[in-house]
Amino acid sequence: MTSRLQSARQTDSIFRTEDLNIYYGNFLAVRDLSIDIAKNSITAFIGPSGCGKSTVLRCFNRLNDLIKSFHIEGKIYYHDQDLYASEVDPVEVRRQVGMVFQKPNPFPKSIYDNIAFGPRLLGYKGDMDELVEQSLKQAALWDDVKDKLKAFGTDLSGGQQQRLCIARAVAVQPDVILMDEPCSALDPISTLKVEDLLQELKEKYTILIVTHNMQQASRASDYTAFFNVEANSKGQRTGYVVEYERTEAIFQSPKQQATQEYVSGRFG
Amino acid sequence: MALTTDHSSPMNRQRSGFARSLDSGFVWGTAAVAIAVGLLLAVIALQVGEDALPAIQKFGLGFLVSSRWSVIDGEFGALTQIYGTIVTSLIALFLAVPIGVGIAIFLSEDFLPPRIKQPIVFLVELLAAIPSVVYGIWGIFVLIPILRPFGIWLHETLGWIPLFATAPAGPGIYAAGLVLAIMILPIIAAISRDAMVAVPAELRQAAYGLGATRWETIFQILLPAGFSGIAGGVMLALGRAMGETMAVTMLIGNANTIDSFSILSQGSTVASLLANQFAEAGGLQISALMYAALVLFALTLVVNILAEIVVRRFSLKL
Repeated sequence: MTSRLQSARQTDSIFRTEDLNIYYGNFLAVRDLSIDIAKNSITAFIGPSGCGKSTVLRCFNRLNDLIKSFHIEGKIYYHDQDLYASEVDPVEVRRQVGMVFQKPNPFPKSIYDNIAFGPRLLGYKGDMDELVEQSLKQAALWDDVKDKLKAFGTDLSGGQQQRLCIARAVAVQPDVILMDEPCSALDPISTLKVEDLLQELKEKYTILIVTHNMQQASRASDYTAFFNVEANSKGQRTGYVVEYERTEAIFQSPKQQATQEYVSGRFG
Repeated sequence: MALTTDHSSPMNRQRSGFARSLDSGFVWGTAAVAIAVGLLLAVIALQVGEDALPAIQKFGLGFLVSSRWSVIDGEFGALTQIYGTIVTSLIALFLAVPIGVGIAIFLSEDFLPPRIKQPIVFLVELLAAIPSVVYGIWGIFVLIPILRPFGIWLHETLGWIPLFATAPAGPGIYAAGLVLAIMILPIIAAISRDAMVAVPAELRQAAYGLGATRWETIFQILLPAGFSGIAGGVMLALGRAMGETMAVTMLIGNANTIDSFSILSQGSTVASLLANQFAEAGGLQISALMYAALVLFALTLVVNILAEIVVRRFSLKL
């Protein structure tokens, strides 16, 4: 399994979805999703609340599997592997597709142990000190914490905690990093730090980011998918992608009226 | 449009005197209740201490290390009972902690659909509702006959271990410990489950997001994060086990000597000693019983203080 997922790391398209419908029980949360995610790019998902951005994001590392009623129709390919094929182990997927959450969620352990948690799960045999240092440097946190690696991760400031979570995700050397509104709990300065970080991280990783902050999407991403939501006759709200383009196109010359209105701040 | 129609200064717009006296009355009322509980505890401790004074003066700390309890000679020492209290409680913890924490893990994860899980949670908690005399009766007529062959087998095959050095004679320390384990199981299971459920969902997701399996998530994140709550529950259960009287008195055999360290032998606990001897005690014996009660009081106090320390020391900042 491992080898199959890893040998697939060669292609240029990281994720490809085909006519994806996402359900919770009978409720259709997102419909008709067909997008391609390019390697070493930053793709932003924007759109009003409840349009299914996070739901889509969590399909890519199969974190939605934790919700019993969740199921999909259609296909998601990770490289050329069907991500939801029965022989794919979700645990293995999550080791290659890391995630950073909306609320910083460091483990109640030391900074060092937070970073080492993932590599230890994978049975990392190399120099752990070195890996911890590298990961913290990649997350631009090393200078802040190098003298207090034994301190609790939960004692750091919010922005530092979020960078710790990024370092923790990076430490397992994933292929992709999913970010679910990573800056929504951060102050503007910490937000800028994380955005700068994204530009460095995309050299090595493919990044998908959900954001409510349109400036962030326009500043930081290469591609943007604009999601919208519509209610059916029963009042169930189903999300769908209105437009998926290069970020400049979305913000400067959107083809759809709804996109135009959203990015210019007229609704949402 | 005017924003306010009341032009008086804010200082003049006071709440009515009644509302304010209700407020301060509530503060004083709760303070009085809280102080009364503390006073009650102090009064009981003082009273017991006062009644124990003759025995304290006569036997001193030697009371704690002497196993001689002779009403005829007027010589009293509670080592047998202190030993019995500690050993039965430890047996109970040894059995109940792994099972209780196991139940807590099982019932805090989504192994079962809620429709089945909720009744099981309720049933486990119902174990705590069975009166201890019922546990005692059940122990005498059901558990001990079942345990007897097993005890004999333990003695015959592992008799060289001091713990199993004597042949079981029906009631005994092991039977009391086992029933105590069942009695404290719901405390450990319920409190541990609450502690595990209270671990923020974000931590669970973080672990899964890094590619941890369910077991890795439980053992490396959820259990450590819930540790302080679990430890608190275990200590509470230990306090309960040490003070439990009825079931233990019915099952432990009430021997007033330590013949061996075998858990298959009969023994007694401080609580069972008190229950057995109060009715026909007089003179110095009453004082000695009060002294024993004070010792039990101190033991549970120590356990509770330890619990507090453990919880503070290992409490993870979430």
